[in-house]
Amino acid sequence: MPRQGLIDRRLAIFLLGLFILTVAVPVGNLAMAGKPVPTYLVALIGKYLCYALLAVALDLVWGYCGILSLGHGAFFALGGYAMGMYLMREIGARGVYANPLLPDFMVFIGWKHLPWYWWGFDHFWLAAIMVLLAPGILAFTFGWFAFRSRVTGVYLSIITQAMTYALMLAFFRNEMGFGGNNGLTDFKDILGFDLASDGTKVGLTMLSAVALAGGLLLSRWITTSRLGKVLVCVRDAESRTRFLGYRVEHYKLFIFTVSAMMAGVAGALYVPQVGIINPSEFSPANSIEIVIWVALGGRGTLVGAALGAIIVAAAKTYLTGALPEAWLYALGALFILVTIALPTGVLGAVETGIGRLRRRPAAKEAEA
Amino acid sequence: MSAHHPHAIGGLPPEELPQLYLNGVSRAFEGFKAINNLSLVIEPGELRAVIGPNGAGKTTMMDIITGKTRPDTGEVLWQQTVDLTKLDEADTARLGIGRKFQKPTVFESHTVADNLALAIKADRSPWATLFHRADVAEAARIDELLGIIRLGDKRHRMAGDLSHGQKQWLEIGMLLAQDPQLLLVDEPAAGMTDAETMLTADLLKSIAGERSVIVVEHDMEFVRALGCKVTVLHQGSVLAEGNLEMVSAMPEVIEVYLGR
Ligand SMILES: Nc1ncnc2c1ncn2[C@@H]1O[C@H](COP(=O)(O)OP(=O)(O)OP(=O)(O)O)[C@@H](O)[C@H]1O
Ligand SMILES: [Mg+2]
Repeated sequence: MPRQGLIDRRLAIFLLGLFILTVAVPVGNLAMAGKPVPTYLVALIGKYLCYALLAVALDLVWGYCGILSLGHGAFFALGGYAMGMYLMREIGARGVYANPLLPDFMVFIGWKHLPWYWWGFDHFWLAAIMVLLAPGILAFTFGWFAFRSRVTGVYLSIITQAMTYALMLAFFRNEMGFGGNNGLTDFKDILGFDLASDGTKVGLTMLSAVALAGGLLLSRWITTSRLGKVLVCVRDAESRTRFLGYRVEHYKLFIFTVSAMMAGVAGALYVPQVGIINPSEFSPANSIEIVIWVALGGRGTLVGAALGAIIVAAAKTYLTGALPEAWLYALGALFILVTIALPTGVLGAVETGIGRLRRRPAAKEAEA
Repeated sequence: MSAHHPHAIGGLPPEELPQLYLNGVSRAFEGFKAINNLSLVIEPGELRAVIGPNGAGKTTMMDIITGKTRPDTGEVLWQQTVDLTKLDEADTARLGIGRKFQKPTVFESHTVADNLALAIKADRSPWATLFHRADVAEAARIDELLGIIRLGDKRHRMAGDLSHGQKQWLEIGMLLAQDPQLLLVDEPAAGMTDAETMLTADLLKSIAGERSVIVVEHDMEFVRALGCKVTVLHQGSVLAEGNLEMVSAMPEVIEVYLGR
């Protein structure tokens, strides 16, 4: 079977857009007089790009393997917490209590020692590994039990939702040692770079763009491989796939774990840009919103998922500013509209539209 | 994969052992005995037709052989050595049991060629498929299979766009691609024209010999064309066994099946 090209037209256009963005942001914010790209916009773009990466991660399991995870926010949050722990330790003695070892919240609740699971988080490299490992191990363990017991469909969606909800409750507890409902915040710098400076913000945004590009390329590489085709087999006819000798649970476990790690990276890039991570990131509603991004952008297209995340996040920024009460209704309405009117998502609709426009002049020529 | 040797018959060379051996197999669903003390022996290279009224347990029998359904009691042995009741669908497929479903099931959003490529016998681990590269041998095999199932001109079509009969053929092609030792073929002729039905019978006849084939079918013309031993299933157990003329003359067979 001939392998599809790694970079199709869709992905090429999107990557080009990302590239232009990564040039325009530093130039417009740092190099030009009058800052045509204001810093608040830089931070917003960086945030959207993290959401886009998270959406790509979900599309990988949902769009290609039919696993509708309603708990992907948990993997994002775990990656975010791993990064947040590093950023907390990086504050050092500059905290309110000036304790060189313990983060402020631990001093506040009267802890004398750093718990073992915080050890080593003063090293960036360890945090970076944990950004992948924490969500990866959770996804692997969860998937091991769920996929082996052949839990599928709605039941699987419900237990993923329960998973993120349970984690939210756990992280709300002060005794967990992750700052309770305040979470981790008041970060100062990352690898010595001041998080408040424009330069660092621009750098993080560019890094997010690179991560998104990398995530898209990796996902595309996986989905165009034979493994990717097996994933689609599992999505469309799981039982048939088993009767061909494929161990369906191994395939699901693989893609679920890869996807969780990708979500973790998105969370890790998100936290230094927004300056906080707290248990609300685990809330079930967050995970459902990711599903809406993917459905709206176009499930099973990768690029569509990324676009969906950016469109919805931008709409949310605008609407929560203009009409804060209307946001949830608008999101619901948008979702219903898309599922009814655009079953292939925004990307599908745009591509069909372009196809029609192309064919029309061609048809006219043929008539003449 | 667990290999049990409860009935290893010493001294006999493997080709003399039955390919498949079912003894006293029963399976109930909520008290209803879908399979009831069923015994069946299939020799290597044998072609066997299984007929019987709706709900006789034909499909359930295939579910049990392939590890999809576990029997409550009874033995299911592969070449007299492997206990199939301990295996699941992927295990039995890897062992060499291929199956065509009653309702044709192909991968609708893959092309015809991809459907075959995915079925070709190869390492099925995620690692192997992630780094798999199509080679000349694989392309040649796909060409060969496309020739056999006469879908050469549909190679790049999505399988979902095929007609019912063409899907049946594609699924038979996928079955051949797996290179199984035993083929379980559930109602292959449904949705086919008379000419296609006869071609299918010829194809199955040509496959048998090298491989064992069990065919379930309601179409008596088709069963006649197969010209093989027939097993009549009724209420989960064997009602009669023999050539078609013989079983179709039996009053009890006429009563439960043929007469209606
Ligand atoms: N998983 C199951 N749960 C409950 N009942 C089942 C299950 N599988 C099969 N049965 C029942 O077992 C009986 C035998 O069904 P089976 O599908 O094997 O019949 P069949 O001989 O293949 O019939 P047909 O010719 O209609 O395909 C039926 O009454 C069916 O309802
Ligand atoms: Mg049946």
